[in-house]
Amino acid sequence: MNLVQLLVDSLALGSQYSLVALGIGLIFGVMRMINFAQGDLITFGAYMLVVPTVSDVAPPMIAALPTPVLIAATIAVVALAAVLTERLAFRSVRRKGADGPTLLITSFAIGYFIQSVILFLHTGRPKSVSVLPELSQQITFAGVRVALVDLVTISASLGLLLSVGLFLNRTRGGVALRAAAEDFLMARLIGVKADRVIAVAFLVSGALAGAVTLMFVAKTGVLDFRMGVPLAIAGFVATVIGGMGSLTGAVLGGFALGLASTLLQSLLPPDLRPARDAFLYGLVIFVLLVRPQGLFVFGLGRERV
Amino acid sequence: MKRLPPAAGTFLSLAILVIAVAALGYLLPGMSRTVIEGFIYATLVVGLGLFVGNTGIVSFGHASFAMIGAYAASWFTCCEGMRQVFLPGLPDMIAAITLPVPVAAVIAMGVAATVALLAGAVLLRLNGVAASIGLLSFLFMVKTIYENWNGWTSGQSSLVGLPLVVGIAEAAAGLLVALCIALLYQGSASGLLVRAAREDEVASRSVGVRVWRERLICFVLSAAITALGGVMFAHYLGSISVVQFWLDLTFLTLAMLVVGGRNTMTGAVVGALVITALRDGLRALENGVQTPFGVAGIPEGVQEIALALLLLVVLVARPRGLTGGRELNLFR
Repeated sequence: MNLVQLLVDSLALGSQYSLVALGIGLIFGVMRMINFAQGDLITFGAYMLVVPTVSDVAPPMIAALPTPVLIAATIAVVALAAVLTERLAFRSVRRKGADGPTLLITSFAIGYFIQSVILFLHTGRPKSVSVLPELSQQITFAGVRVALVDLVTISASLGLLLSVGLFLNRTRGGVALRAAAEDFLMARLIGVKADRVIAVAFLVSGALAGAVTLMFVAKTGVLDFRMGVPLAIAGFVATVIGGMGSLTGAVLGGFALGLASTLLQSLLPPDLRPARDAFLYGLVIFVLLVRPQGLFVFGLGRERV
Repeated sequence: MKRLPPAAGTFLSLAILVIAVAALGYLLPGMSRTVIEGFIYATLVVGLGLFVGNTGIVSFGHASFAMIGAYAASWFTCCEGMRQVFLPGLPDMIAAITLPVPVAAVIAMGVAATVALLAGAVLLRLNGVAASIGLLSFLFMVKTIYENWNGWTSGQSSLVGLPLVVGIAEAAAGLLVALCIALLYQGSASGLLVRAAREDEVASRSVGVRVWRERLICFVLSAAITALGGVMFAHYLGSISVVQFWLDLTFLTLAMLVVGGRNTMTGAVVGALVITALRDGLRALENGVQTPFGVAGIPEGVQEIALALLLLVVLVARPRGLTGGRELNLFR
């Protein structure tokens, strides 16, 4: 396999992972909750592209809109859904002083709810949808043919990561979010509004999930009611190997996981390839043991007492 | 009268609960499947809860032990005469003997405990969320290995022809064995030390608790109990496949544990029984229920939605679980 192709593949996969990881990391920062529903929000966005129907061929809904509207609508719908999950479920559980594991199970329950509603409205059979068909061509780049959708995924992700970075560093809301992630109680004491900052975290994280929806569906063209689950798991793993609580760590962890996964796929001997995940997750355990505080976190590994 | 130690009181109280539920299963034949499944899930959740409740580490890896146990037992119980056709990789020594299920269950628990000892020795060096991810990675690894270990597991296809020996009495007996091990451990010195480390790891280290060692003991025992649950599952259904012990089971058992109440064995049992009953009740509604006014029911597919909503309601109303973090003890 060509080196450039390998690079494009791993960056494209890595950028999807890193966007999911950033979404999970943002919410973990303010709530100390791992939001498994992030993956099902991606699924939700994907199914909003088509009209709900029990038949196998689904007419397009959001997917029928002109490209700029389609992109904006998908992102907006998923971001809204993310804020709703917070308003309707997480907020009350959090106010009762629930701890991490209970919040985690709450997010499973929300994910399960989204999956069951999709199953009810659309049935469990995979459906195909065509979004942004203009991306499905191959182009010649630096002497090799690569999929245009991968290049667009990479550049769009970099743009998104940059804008989230600017938002976090240059705006009042972003600084409040970072302060809350650093020390929630202290941030509240100096006037950061808890409910608002958490809602903002869900909004941004939902918008990122919407972007991943578009990238994923544009590449595969297939809808499945559990399509988001592997993405959520990858994002979860990426936040931890990157360094729990560090947003840069989460993003870099996503790229690292994408790279490792693509490299193993192409470098393992063919008869071991079906067992790729065993190697990938063996590597994850190894990384955790060597750097339990995260690959990209420098400083104290253990909390100071 | 001398008072019972708390662990014994809890065991007897839970035993009464289990026997009452079993009696219900015998009295109402329509409920018997629900009762058996409830007991099997309760065994799995007791195994999971023994680790999660006492160490405070959320484990995503316990479904692996149920799988390891189920397959290990099947090597000794499955499909006599045909075993080497389905499992060509089995050595002749194993393939030649067929053991009664309880004996095979003990072997299976030993196999799972050994794997847990080796995996835990490595993984329990981690803490908190990193340990959870380590255990999730372990789940992925074991699943991938079993899916490709065709000679011993028949790979991605299911293994059929296991003797169907698990009924209400057998499932209740299995659950009581699990509860006995779990409660004995919780009341032991190691159980106290591991809970001390859950409450404040740094402080317990400073007074000499060997956290890694105590957690490892807890992990090995919980893996053995989970394996027992896996063996019961296998010999209730009569067939096993790798996907049965995958993310669905992981999430379902964790949900049962949290809904019941995470830090107690009472919570584990109550959570498993309540969710199994709710699920089967909704399923029955989906198929239609005869009432004096005709057949009542809910449309197909509503069952899952209702279950998810009920879960959310319980989590919102009682974040500490239905049992609120207290062990059942009628002999206080």
